[in-house]
Amino acid sequence: MFETKSGVFLIAGVGFFALAFLVMGLLPWTIYLDQPEKTVEQLAAEGITHEFVDLAERFPGPFQEHFPGGVTLASFAEALRLGRQVYVAEACWHCHSQQVRPVSNEDLRWGPVSHAREYQNELQRPVLFGTRRVGPDLIREGARRSNDWHLAHFYKPTSVVPTSVMPEYKWFFDANGYPNKKGMAIVTYVQWLGSWLPEYPYFQGEGPSGPTTDEPKPVAVAQGQGGV
Amino acid sequence: MTVTAASATSSSRHEPSPAVGALVNERLVLWYFVASLTYLFVAMLAGLLFSFQFLQSYPFTGIELLSPGRWRMVHTNGVAYGFIANAFLGALHWAVPRLTLRPVLGVKLSWFIFVAWQAVVVATVVGLLTGHAQAVEWGETPIFVDPLALAGLVLVAINFLPPIFQTTGPMYVTLWYFISAFVWTILVYAMGNYIPQFFVGGAASGAIIGLFIHDLVGLFVTPLGWGLMYYFVPIILKKPILSHGLSLVGFWGLAFFYPLNGIHHFLYSPIPMFLQYGAVIATIAVELVVTTVILNFFGTLRGRGDALRTVMPIRWFYVGMVFYFTTCLQCAFQVTLTFQRIIHFTDWVVGHSHLVMFGVFGFWILGMMNHLLPRLLRAEGWYRPSWNSWHFWLTGIGMLVMFFDLVIAGLIQGFQWRDLAPWEASIRASTPFWFLRTLTGIAIIAGQMMFLYNILMTAIHRRAVPAPSVPRTTPAEGLPVTA
Repeated sequence: MFETKSGVFLIAGVGFFALAFLVMGLLPWTIYLDQPEKTVEQLAAEGITHEFVDLAERFPGPFQEHFPGGVTLASFAEALRLGRQVYVAEACWHCHSQQVRPVSNEDLRWGPVSHAREYQNELQRPVLFGTRRVGPDLIREGARRSNDWHLAHFYKPTSVVPTSVMPEYKWFFDANGYPNKKGMAIVTYVQWLGSWLPEYPYFQGEGPSGPTTDEPKPVAVAQGQGGV
Repeated sequence: MTVTAASATSSSRHEPSPAVGALVNERLVLWYFVASLTYLFVAMLAGLLFSFQFLQSYPFTGIELLSPGRWRMVHTNGVAYGFIANAFLGALHWAVPRLTLRPVLGVKLSWFIFVAWQAVVVATVVGLLTGHAQAVEWGETPIFVDPLALAGLVLVAINFLPPIFQTTGPMYVTLWYFISAFVWTILVYAMGNYIPQFFVGGAASGAIIGLFIHDLVGLFVTPLGWGLMYYFVPIILKKPILSHGLSLVGFWGLAFFYPLNGIHHFLYSPIPMFLQYGAVIATIAVELVVTTVILNFFGTLRGRGDALRTVMPIRWFYVGMVFYFTTCLQCAFQVTLTFQRIIHFTDWVVGHSHLVMFGVFGFWILGMMNHLLPRLLRAEGWYRPSWNSWHFWLTGIGMLVMFFDLVIAGLIQGFQWRDLAPWEASIRASTPFWFLRTLTGIAIIAGQMMFLYNILMTAIHRRAVPAPSVPRTTPAEGLPVTA
């Protein structure tokens, strides 16, 4: 059995792989079955971030060009989707994590420790826990800095963080230096991270830390059609 | 004495009989090695380029197709699917027909797989650079490439399993590893590229991605690598492997424990804690299993230590094995939650992965190429063996220094983060380590360039030797297995 072709093929090749997949892969999935995956539209319905509205106010022409309907649930959802797509394509997840661990004082630095329910949505399929932290964790990044800061940072990181080793993303901007659709989307996405918490943003040394509560965040202000 | 001895060293003839030689498609093996080395160079240059970003000295700032992030993914995928996969496929075309005394299923199929696999790798590189990466670590191959890659892997299994399944009598340990690797690679690739993308999200997808990352190393690269070591070492040393029992323990231990490790890539994440503990325990179990394999091979070397000095392939193989033991020992420590608090997300892990993928498997591949290339090029020997020595020392020292450099950098980063130092402080502290890392990368590339130049000179200066006959499709029975 241990040296036969069928033994090796069936027990080792198929059997042990299946065992590990069931125990280590399928079992975690069943544990989260009571929290169905939210679609991006559902995430958008939880509240359009102030930062998305701010982009529309700051760059009315380009915003209207890229999101013709103005600030709506649909355009916000579209921006989040595209933003995540850009985040994946540019390998942001290879230098930035999206996971606050309960150790190493991470909750003091970034805010509430990550909970599984925060990842039960379309924008975390596949999940973006991250590979490495060359730059800081981003799961609580939303609203910590202004849109201006993020735009300057994407265009030339060393202009706002002189020691930064982040690359320059000039193709997020059009010829006039305004953010194009990708630029607006990635800023929207990053500014959305952590906005689902009851209280945000968290700044190191201030504000609450500790486990999140189950209460849904109050619906944000700007949900109307068009600009504010 | 053991079955391993019979198949490895029974023949007293040292010249390959033409019939056995005809089973092997040597031209294809050479093409695979050429492809492998090509991607190695592309991947190494990608890595070197990426390393300059860390020194704020990136030469192509602001150009989309030369964006460092995208080239990082070209680096990792180029190594895994370009360098390692191609080299292993070539080595399989050498070893399987010799071990089974049967040809692979089809000559045309073999060439089709070769072309298809290069298409997969090139499509991956182009797809990554044009912004179509998939959010699976080590599986960034674009979604539109995945079906082609999966089909290729199925064809590989179809090509290599028939000769193995047609053998009768006791099966050599290498073939246990090969059979399993063919099955596992297909399952692992499908699991990692499809389930987290289309079916399962959130923390559960993290569990599956963790399984994928680790299974890629443990169920694709490792079994093929060790299988080839079990094949080449006894043949080159002209000594049987020390212990059949340890071979059994090594194989079955790997098969059982390795797949259970995966979640150790995401410890302290929201994945359920009891599964994380399970993964930690399984990882430590693997280290114990690995120790038996290392003992088996070093016991085999006993009495032939001179080969480390005189036989280049053995030097590459055994240094790789020392690195293998190192990385698995490191793994047993770094997987503990205590270490994880500090080293996760730091350069410690980057050092670990380089020592594994290059220091172990890269070295084994370079050793096999050292052994086979003169034969495949129909040359009498290497043009300048001393260049191969340069190749070894530049590569070996470069890799070792890179490893220690990144491991220490990782510790510094982790402790600074824990102590709530400003983020910029950890960047400043890391910069000298990143500078040294770039230097070691240059040393490694210089070593490979000496090797490449030696290959070219060997090819140009070889004397014409008549080629063996075209591989037949009928099996050649009753022939002793020779090198």
